[in-house]
Order: sequence, then structure tokens, then C-alpha cells
Amino acid sequence: MTEHLPVLIVTLPLAAAVVVPVVALASGRAARAVSLGALAASHLAALAALRAVLADGTWRYPLGGWPEPWGIEYVLDPLAGAMAVLVSFMALVAACYAGGAPAGASRSSGVEHALHLLLAAGLVGIVLAGDAFNLFVFLEISALAGYGLLARGGDRAAVAVFRYLLVGTIAASFYLLGVGYLYAVTGTLGLADLAARLPAVAETGIVGVALALVVVGLALKIALYPLHGWLPDAYAHAPAPALAFVASATGKVGVYVLLRFLFFVFPEGEASRRVLELLGLAGALAVVAGSLFALAERDLRRMLACSSVGQIGYLVLGLALANAWGLVGALLHAANHAVMKACLFMAAANVSESTGAARVDDYAGVARHLPLTMAAFVAASLSMIGLPPFGGFFSKWYLVLGALERGAWLYVLAIVASSLLTAAYLFRVLEQAYFRAPAPEAREGAALAPSIGREARPAQLVPVLVLALGVLGLGLFNQLLVDAALVPALPARVR
Amino acid sequence: MPHADYAIAVVLLLLGLHGVLASASLVRKLMALGVVQVAVIVLFVSLSAKSGAQPPIVAPGAEAPLARAHVNPLPHALMLTAIVVGVSTTGVALALLVRIQRRYGTLDEAELLRRLRE
Repeated sequence: MTEHLPVLIVTLPLAAAVVVPVVALASGRAARAVSLGALAASHLAALAALRAVLADGTWRYPLGGWPEPWGIEYVLDPLAGAMAVLVSFMALVAACYAGGAPAGASRSSGVEHALHLLLAAGLVGIVLAGDAFNLFVFLEISALAGYGLLARGGDRAAVAVFRYLLVGTIAASFYLLGVGYLYAVTGTLGLADLAARLPAVAETGIVGVALALVVVGLALKIALYPLHGWLPDAYAHAPAPALAFVASATGKVGVYVLLRFLFFVFPEGEASRRVLELLGLAGALAVVAGSLFALAERDLRRMLACSSVGQIGYLVLGLALANAWGLVGALLHAANHAVMKACLFMAAANVSESTGAARVDDYAGVARHLPLTMAAFVAASLSMIGLPPFGGFFSKWYLVLGALERGAWLYVLAIVASSLLTAAYLFRVLEQAYFRAPAPEAREGAALAPSIGREARPAQLVPVLVLALGVLGLGLFNQLLVDAALVPALPARVR
Repeated sequence: MPHADYAIAVVLLLLGLHGVLASASLVRKLMALGVVQVAVIVLFVSLSAKSGAQPPIVAPGAEAPLARAHVNPLPHALMLTAIVVGVSTTGVALALLVRIQRRYGTLDEAELLRRLRE
């Protein structure tokens, strides 16, 4: 069994996605059990595989026993292993939360579970894929599942998701066109094979075009400023459980693919240096612009969505620094942002379900009614701003160290400015929640329905608290994490 | 002209992109998106084209086959998958369009935006 761990990480959620809609017809509870079981097993497999990889080095798993270049391979190196653990963990926590939502018709809950599982399978598939084409297929599996999940938030969501679908498909076509050019010059699709053959043709125009197409395609997918236009609308109307997973995992996996191509596949050289320079500029603009957009929003969900545009900027900035500190900062921030943004989205959903609060001004006095949820919100907010001992402080610290090593003062300035702006838009919420009295109409509402203004049921509260502890844990044990998993994950050229 | 196929793929891609951006109707945007996907498919299929070559089928007991006498089957296999991906995307997009049409009664972008604002 253990020799098949890499393939189990992907196939468990994939198989469950097929089974769950049928099971849900008989029993919603059984469907939930199957879905959670598959995601938990996938997460455990990812953890075990990461442990094996850290001990014994890269694990290549040829599907059906056919080795590359004839067969399809899953490749698990420390970087892929760490990402698989992160993605499968977020899938599991978000599914626990999703299951906590009030059960609707069992048929529709089966669809919801199936889409969630498909998204999880697609995302870990991207991470494990050993060749550029399977990566594309998993990219589209995850994208389609993501469209389905986000579109479940009502009619406005359908319009926003249609736009996201246009952009996402164009992005995937760019990526695939780039891969086609790479195949034309090298005759291979395997990522390791490409890395071996590209240096010989690195200075040709076609490789430059391929690099540009792949990078632009991925930048669209991760909503890197100024290609972020689709994101706020697509996220603003989505149902909370879906959002917690989509917002926390898809962008991170897109950045992972960017990292994989820029540092493991394409050789160092003039073209990749210029691309990194441009990405650095876009990342620096993104961290400031994303925070400004968030500051301008009064709707909490849209505010958090806009802040994701800024947070993706940090990751890209870390890549663009192209040194060990920068990449460690980017990877650590990927984990931090996944955990804290999921925590914020879930906490906001709990608050809005309990009190109907959707806008920042509606949060007046909320902390009195939902002390635990708001405590988690505070922990995640402090981490977003980057205050010690929360995780966000350390990843930003590594990014600043990386920028200083490069002598890139502009990036340091962007990181500091964005942190201050983040403080501005999040403290607004905290001020309302802790220091303002509830608005009179909210009190009236509380008098009408006794259920209003209470903490959510445990199934919705516990995932939020777990993530809040995760935010703290990622900060307190960051050194452990960096030394054990992130430093081995760095590409050879920056180590 | 060497590599006219590369240029054709790019021209098709640009035509498709123009359609996605410039069309007023969401259905036309979706059709233009199909052109974008076809551009990529054309490129891959043209990569495996070879004049005077056979389909990649080797009879049992034949002499060791020469690669240059056969068409490269890999891009075709890849594009079958890409077409399936494209069909799935179109399916999801059409489902969304049905919902938009039912709720807002229009698939014209400007009109839709006006009704969303109301």
C-alpha cells in the first residue's frame, strides 16, 4: 500500500467525487462521511508521502509502471510534498466547515461535496503532475470544479463566474500554447525532461515566447495585478464554505506552478531574469493596490476578496526576489495566507449567518455576541497585518530579508506600506466589533428572534478555531517548518 | 514560409481573443472562446503532420518501424483530451448562460450590466 501513496493522494478524492452524488441520494450523512473520509485519507497520504520524501529524496511514481518519457509520472519532491500537504489540509478543513452548513436537499448537497472533492483532486493533481500536459488537465479540472462551486451563490454569482470562466479558459489556452511551443522545440512534455533539454535551446525566440505565454496564463489564473479584474466579483457572491477553500488554495497552487516553471524547468538566463523583474514589479504593485482596493470596500466579503489580490502579490514578490529568503518567505506566506484567509472568510460567514452583518458598519458590537468567532477573526487579522507571534509576521520578515539581500528597497517599502494599509482596513472591522454599540435595528432584530446573535453551531465554529490556532502555530513553530520542509523544497540554484 | 502553422495558431488565437473582448453577446463570447481553444489544438495537430507518412499503426510481426514513416500520435492523443476539456468548459458555460437568461432575460452584456445595477 505505502508504495502507492503518491497516486492515492489524487485518486481518493477523485473516486469519492464520483461516488458521493449517488450516495447522497440515499443519505446526506453518509455522503458527508464518504467525502470527509476521502479527504482525511488523502491528507494523511500526503503527510506520509512528505515524510518519506524528506527522508529519502524525490519520489517518482510511474502510473501503470510505464516510466517517463513513455508513461505518465507523478513526481513528489519536497516542494510538491509540502504543497500537497497544505492543499489537502485546506480541503479537509473547508469540507468539515461545508458539512456544518444547514443541510439542504440531499441531492444538492451531493453535488456540493462532489465539486469540493473534484477541486481537491484537481489541485493536488497539479502539484503532483510530472509533465506539463497533465498539469494542464488538472488545472482545468480544478478550474471547472471551482466555477461550479462559486456559481452556487445565486444569480449574480452566475454572471461573475461566467466572466471568470472566460478569463480562466483564456489563461489555460495561453498556458497550453506555451507548452505546445516547448514541445515543438524539445519534443518532450515531462517537466524533468524539459529542464534537461531546454538549456540547449534557451536563447531561441520560441522558448522566450513559450515562457511569456506560460507566465501570462498563470498570472491570469492567480489574479496577479493588473490581471485581477475577475476575482472580486467571482468571490463576492460565492457561498462561504466554497469560498474558504477556493480562495485559500487555488491561488497558492497557481503560484506553485509559476515557481515550478521559473525555477525548476526554465533555465537561468536573460529571458527568465527579465520575466522575474516584471513579476517583481507586478507583485510590488499588487501588494499595495490590493490593500488599497480592500480599503475602499465597505462590504466585508468583497474587502477580503480584494485583499487576496494583495496577498498573491506577496507570493509573487517572493518568487521575483529569486533568493533563498524570498522563496522561503513566499512558501511560508502561501501556508499563512491559506490558513488566515480561510479563517477570515469562515468567521465572516458565521457572523453574517448569526447577525446578518455583511458590511463593515454592521459589525458594531458583534464581539459581544460572538466572542469566540471574533477572537479567531482577531488572530487571523493580526497575522494578515504581520504582527508577531502570528504566522504572517514571519513570512513578511523573510520577504523583507530577501529584499534587503537584493538591495531592493522599493519592495521593502511596498511590503511595509501594504502592511499598514492592511492594518487600516482590518482594524476598521475590529473597532466596530469591539468598541461600538450595536445599531438600534440590530438590537430590535435580536429581540425578535432569540437565535440571532449567537455563536454558530460547533460544526461551523470548530474549523474557525482550528484555523485560528493554526495561524498561531505557523508563527510559533515557523523555524521548525522552514528548516524541516521549506529549505529542502528550495530549487538547487538558490540554495 | 517556415512554420506557417505557428503563425496561423497565433492569428486564430488573436481572432478568438478579439471576439471574447469585443462581442456584445455572451453567447458570441463563448463561441469566440472556442476559437481560442481551437487555435491551440491546430498548433498541436500541425506539429505531428508529416507529408508521406502513415498513420501510427504497426502490423504485428512487421519489421522494426521507422519513426519517420509514421505520424507522431502523441499530439493527437493530447488534443483529444484538450477537446474533452473544451467540451466540459463549454458545457459549464452554457449552464451558466441558461441561468443568466432565466433570471435576467437577456444575454446582451450591456443590457445585462444595466439590469444588474437595478
